[in-house]
Amino acid sequence: MKGPEVKLPMRRLLGLLLLAAAFALGATAAQAHPHVWITASSEFIYAPDGSISGVRHAWTFDDMFSTYALQGIETKTKGVYSREELSSLAQTNVESLKEYGFFTFAKADGKKEKFQEPVDYFLEYKDAALTLHFTLMLKTPVKPRQLALEVFDPAFFIDFKYADKDPIRLVGAPAACQMKFERPNDGTANAQKLGEQNFMNGDNSNYGMMFANKITVDCP
Amino acid sequence: MKPESRWSFARGLAICVAAAFAVLMIDGVLHVVMAQNPFGAPRPGGAEPQVGGIVGWLLTKQSEFYREMSSTIRAAKLDGSAVWTLLAISFAYGIFHAAGPGHGKAVIASYLVANQETARRGIVLSFASALMQSLVAVIIVGVCAWLLNATAQTMCSAEKVIEIASYALIAAFGARLVWTKGGGFIRALQQARPPQATPALALAVHHDHAGHGHDHHHHDHSHSHAHAAHHDHAHGHDDHGHDHVHDEHCGHSHGPEPSELAGPGGWRRGFGAIFAVGVRPCSGAILVLVFALAQGLFWAGIAATFVMGLGTAITVATIAVIAVSAKDLARRLSSGREGGGALIMRGLEFGAAGLVLLFGIGLLLGYLAAERVTCF
Repeated sequence: MKGPEVKLPMRRLLGLLLLAAAFALGATAAQAHPHVWITASSEFIYAPDGSISGVRHAWTFDDMFSTYALQGIETKTKGVYSREELSSLAQTNVESLKEYGFFTFAKADGKKEKFQEPVDYFLEYKDAALTLHFTLMLKTPVKPRQLALEVFDPAFFIDFKYADKDPIRLVGAPAACQMKFERPNDGTANAQKLGEQNFMNGDNSNYGMMFANKITVDCP
Repeated sequence: MKPESRWSFARGLAICVAAAFAVLMIDGVLHVVMAQNPFGAPRPGGAEPQVGGIVGWLLTKQSEFYREMSSTIRAAKLDGSAVWTLLAISFAYGIFHAAGPGHGKAVIASYLVANQETARRGIVLSFASALMQSLVAVIIVGVCAWLLNATAQTMCSAEKVIEIASYALIAAFGARLVWTKGGGFIRALQQARPPQATPALALAVHHDHAGHGHDHHHHDHSHSHAHAAHHDHAHGHDDHGHDHVHDEHCGHSHGPEPSELAGPGGWRRGFGAIFAVGVRPCSGAILVLVFALAQGLFWAGIAATFVMGLGTAITVATIAVIAVSAKDLARRLSSGREGGGALIMRGLEFGAAGLVLLFGIGLLLGYLAAERVTCF
């Protein structure tokens, strides 16, 4: 193939088009914007021996999603939803959340920890918002020097924001344990550490990691 | 025919387009790289990972508009004039939402590049697919939620079925494109091999009759997929030996003129593309519709959905026009470049066709995540 003075811009153009395509292809996977907003608060549950046994979440959905989720649910009194009337929806919620690893990623001294099936789950309807309560027990209770927990949606379809008041509580933790909480983009977030994406679970994008809520508990 | 000045103009244009693209690409790629960081290396400078730049701005804006929708619908219950605010927000949301990366416009743009489509048709296809998306969202919520009072779970199952159908259609559509465009590419490859496939061909053919005849044969094939008139024309001349009118056709290795494709068959093909893309509604529209329905303002939700679609269409149409222009530029640069030029054009079309297929398969198998269906 001759004529390099012709080939160069052509090749550039071709390269650009390919790049455009690759960009569209790659970025498609990564970037969405949130459609659901959750205001969260969590409790860390400690056993009497000082080991951590699980996490209890309370997630309050935004106005629009709460209304969407309640669509078609029969109630005795219009606009009032009892825990029983919402039980099948709560069941669906926790079953669906399993696919996303409950958006809860735990590490004990750097080692990834797994959770059991959720227990004690129920929905509560108050002030036009649904709150999902559920408890995730660790497969095996651990007693690490440092426990790290991240709550976020890797695809950023859901925006997790911890409550302003009492976002995290340690229940029954040894007195020496120190809790540190980092909100996403609050200016205190450190550079991402090596191997961070081990937190990733099930999703092909870790775009939402930038919006992760990070909780660390140090027990010397 | 092609003096230096035209060439340098084309080159200047190419550089401008390249620069504009490059800024967008670098910004996008940087953010994807920053976000994904596949090797887990520490981010440079210990800076906090912020979503910035164009993509970040788009995300922030659409996020804001989307959040305002629910409060505006609530406000519209008390004050009817808030509906106008709702429509304005929906329109802006549509524009911003489509400006972010998404599979729909990627498929449409690739389709337009794979086929020699006009910008006008690109615009029509963009509007038609956005309209269809809005319509499907209204139908799903109208039938499931309003008529049948089905639960969100039922609606979501319907959405999932439609989603899979849409991805399968995109893959099938891509496979068909690859099949048609692959033939043209292979023929262009064969054709590019003979040594006379150089800019000197236009002169050489007048002197070298043997090479001329040989060339005819291949050109005949390379045009056969494009347009019947070309085919017959080329064929006739092939039979009759050397005719210099023929040179004008074979000498320029361009595809058929865009207008030549605007036949009835061309439109049908185009509708295949919009159906495959448009049948999958946007999760945001479904949420807004259900919310509006619950507030007793279903009509306002429907209006908002269509206005959202209009905004989306404007952005997708812009992207479609850019894709068509880029292809036009490529064709202009390669016209008169004989075998090599044709090869590049056919290769470009083949590549774009392959992308449509890849999108379909990727989405179907879950390698590519589209906007999640709200199911939980």
